[in-house]
Amino acid sequence: MIRAYGPAIVLIAAAALVPFAITANTVLNFIVFALIIALAAQGWNVLGGLAGQFSFGHAAFFGSGAYTTALLQTHWGVNAWVAFALSILLAGAVGWIIGFLSFRSGLRGSYFALVTLAFAEVLRILANASTFTGGAAGTLVKLDMGPANFQFASRAAFVWIALALVGFVLIATIAIMRSRFGAWLTAVRENEDAARALGVDTLAVKLKAITLSAAITGAAGALYVQYYLYLDASIAYGPWISIEALVAPIVGGIGTAFGPILGAAALHGFGELTKLFAGGIPGIDLVLYGLLLIATIAFAPDGIMGLLKRLASVFDRRRTR
Amino acid sequence: MLAPDIILAAVLNGLMTGSIYALVALGLTLVYGVLHIINFAHGATLTAAMFAAYVAQTALGIDPYLALLPVTLLFFVLGYAVQRFVIGPASHGEDRNILLVTLGLSIVIENAMLAIFRSDTRSIDVPYAFESIDLGFTFLAVPRVAAFGVALIVALLLGFLLRATDTGRAIRAVAREKTGAALAGIDVPHIYAVTFGLGAASVAIAACLLMPTFYVTPRAGNAFVLVAFTIVVLGGMGSIPGALLGALFIGVVESLCGLFLGESLGQIGIFLIFILVLLVKPTGLFGARA
Amino acid sequence: MLSVQSVTKRFGGLVAVDSASLDVAQGSIAGLIGPNGAGKTTLFTLVAGFEKPSSGTVSFAGQDVTALPAHERAALGIARTFQIVQPFAGLSVVENIAVGAYLRHPARADAQAKARAVADLVGLGGQLEQSAAALTVAGRKRLELARALATEPRLLLLDEVLAGLNPSEIRDMIPVIRNIRDRGVTILMVEHVMQAVMSLCEHIHVLAQGKIIAQGKPAEIASDPAVIEAYLGQGAAKRLQAKPAGGADA
Repeated sequence: MIRAYGPAIVLIAAAALVPFAITANTVLNFIVFALIIALAAQGWNVLGGLAGQFSFGHAAFFGSGAYTTALLQTHWGVNAWVAFALSILLAGAVGWIIGFLSFRSGLRGSYFALVTLAFAEVLRILANASTFTGGAAGTLVKLDMGPANFQFASRAAFVWIALALVGFVLIATIAIMRSRFGAWLTAVRENEDAARALGVDTLAVKLKAITLSAAITGAAGALYVQYYLYLDASIAYGPWISIEALVAPIVGGIGTAFGPILGAAALHGFGELTKLFAGGIPGIDLVLYGLLLIATIAFAPDGIMGLLKRLASVFDRRRTR
Repeated sequence: MLAPDIILAAVLNGLMTGSIYALVALGLTLVYGVLHIINFAHGATLTAAMFAAYVAQTALGIDPYLALLPVTLLFFVLGYAVQRFVIGPASHGEDRNILLVTLGLSIVIENAMLAIFRSDTRSIDVPYAFESIDLGFTFLAVPRVAAFGVALIVALLLGFLLRATDTGRAIRAVAREKTGAALAGIDVPHIYAVTFGLGAASVAIAACLLMPTFYVTPRAGNAFVLVAFTIVVLGGMGSIPGALLGALFIGVVESLCGLFLGESLGQIGIFLIFILVLLVKPTGLFGARA
Repeated sequence: MLSVQSVTKRFGGLVAVDSASLDVAQGSIAGLIGPNGAGKTTLFTLVAGFEKPSSGTVSFAGQDVTALPAHERAALGIARTFQIVQPFAGLSVVENIAVGAYLRHPARADAQAKARAVADLVGLGGQLEQSAAALTVAGRKRLELARALATEPRLLLLDEVLAGLNPSEIRDMIPVIRNIRDRGVTILMVEHVMQAVMSLCEHIHVLAQGKIIAQGKPAEIASDPAVIEAYLGQGAAKRLQAKPAGGADA
């Protein structure tokens, strides 16, 4: 147990100390944003990494979570915490529906990637055209600071909340990987026919995976809204978040518990550095993401986690010699 | 109810737009038919080709129609090289890796365009942009009619290339059974790269035909390619006649949806068709494979 | 235990299995043989639930399972192996087997213990932590068998578990299969290695062009003219009868 969960607990505890050491708003901003991305990526990883179903449209879940939180508050005055919980449920439901439609039709590989992309685009166009969502002008959540409203004057509070969510999902991911459900996810990823022969209800396993995955990424969307208090269709359902959610786990180590977090940290670390050097050139950080994605697949298929493991084994061999 | 004239005009316009879609879809379906993978960099390639035509006109003063041949050749070579030296080696022969590598390429190309050209909307001025043919009940823009004609010729040429040349036969052999083709002495990586080159060349043609009447932004290609995905799925992945018919059909649907639902929702019709086809009959309406 | 009643499977215009019927008695080892393309693997997929028959019924332990999907048949106790072995390449040997064991042992520790026990039974006990991708052909065949066994089946469908093995590996494998039966698992095997079929099976069904053309004890099958003709072509039985040493030749 300690071996399985120890590193996760240490990592989260260490990260929780950061706001005590650093109080600069720019740094804390960066950390919150990276954590939101990490959370979205953790969601993608459950479906893409553990179950092997590559979604190119996780924006559908991020956006659904985000809009639920925003609209429940602006239209019906629902409490922010309640809205947050409901947004996770709704994003999960959206995941279940998309999963039910596509997995029941037997879509996989390119087809599944395409259909998820299409669902995200449909939602984006609808959200952009509808007056209910504020259309192209977007939606503002009323500024009303206070813990009861899930709004904090201190950025450190947000760091801790985001960290708690990421930590919770991290522990949950490890628990899943050590469970029967985890073994079945791997079986579905590696070979669906063989899995079915061993009594695995592959449709049910994939549905469970996409529902969980969507709920987690939806939580990231809801958190985004609570932090920035603004949302429009291209933020909520835009391709940017689908890309972020997918690139981070792959660069960090696909199908590993820590991969999405390491990936998000590394990508945004690099991203900030390039922005520092390249100045205000738009898109330059995304060029870097694309290159890192290709380089990871070409040279380090197991991502940063794989590199760390290789490093550790070299180190081990030296020590025992 | 709208007058039949207006509807007929919308249908004709839809066919013109559909011909451009056809070119984009042809490249996509060809690559899918041979590599059995969706090239997610297709949209970014179209954007890059549109910028190439834009630069040819603004910096070098070459008319897009004259630039068509060199830009097409250039993109054939680029497509060939990217498949041969990037996608092929980087993906280690695994389908899901190809998927991700093409996605990575699209991110790189699109944002490189953004970094170079910024997000401004750019268009070029040609003297014939507003010339039109009077059909009595409506006007058809000359550049769009030209695009329609060229697109049909290109589709026919591509069909001829696949049927009647050695390379075409090799492409079809690899599409059907790559291991068998390799055993028969066909250089599979070369054929993959040629196919990719042809895919890039067809969007380059589309780009040159588009530029006289359209504008370019770093994301311009995406709109077309999402439509092209729909067409390719509708027409049957890998089917060339399917792509052509599907493109004309979708062009008309979009035009009519725009007429009845308004511009912003015009595309919804396409996506709904897309999702419906994927869910109900993923092999497409025209079924067959190239 | 297993009863297949006039099952037919059509793929488009092609009839892969044509009104085939067979029964397998509890506790027996039965063989399903036939020339290449006879429809043996298709019949297997129908029994295991990977395809639905165009007509006919499949019953297992007195229950009609024709409409049940593969995973529910596995839960009832029908396990199959694949002719082309399908290991979960990213997992170790013990993890591979545990996927099967989880069917009846939801807890991780129990599933792993079960997986180890099964690994010992098929002779993979020494390679538990090895990656499945690194196994030899013989090792993969054993893994395929172990995974199916870990689901604790009552009926085990073996699709050419001996194919691709060399004679000494086949000799090692035969007692493993017999041992599984002795533990109470009914076995139906598709096999091309005739010597193994003849020595293991108590009852043999012969499939040719989708039809069951003969069934009986190994000795009866070996001398059945219809079987010999199906394998060796028309007139072969007569020619063989002329020679003193008759018998099926694969």
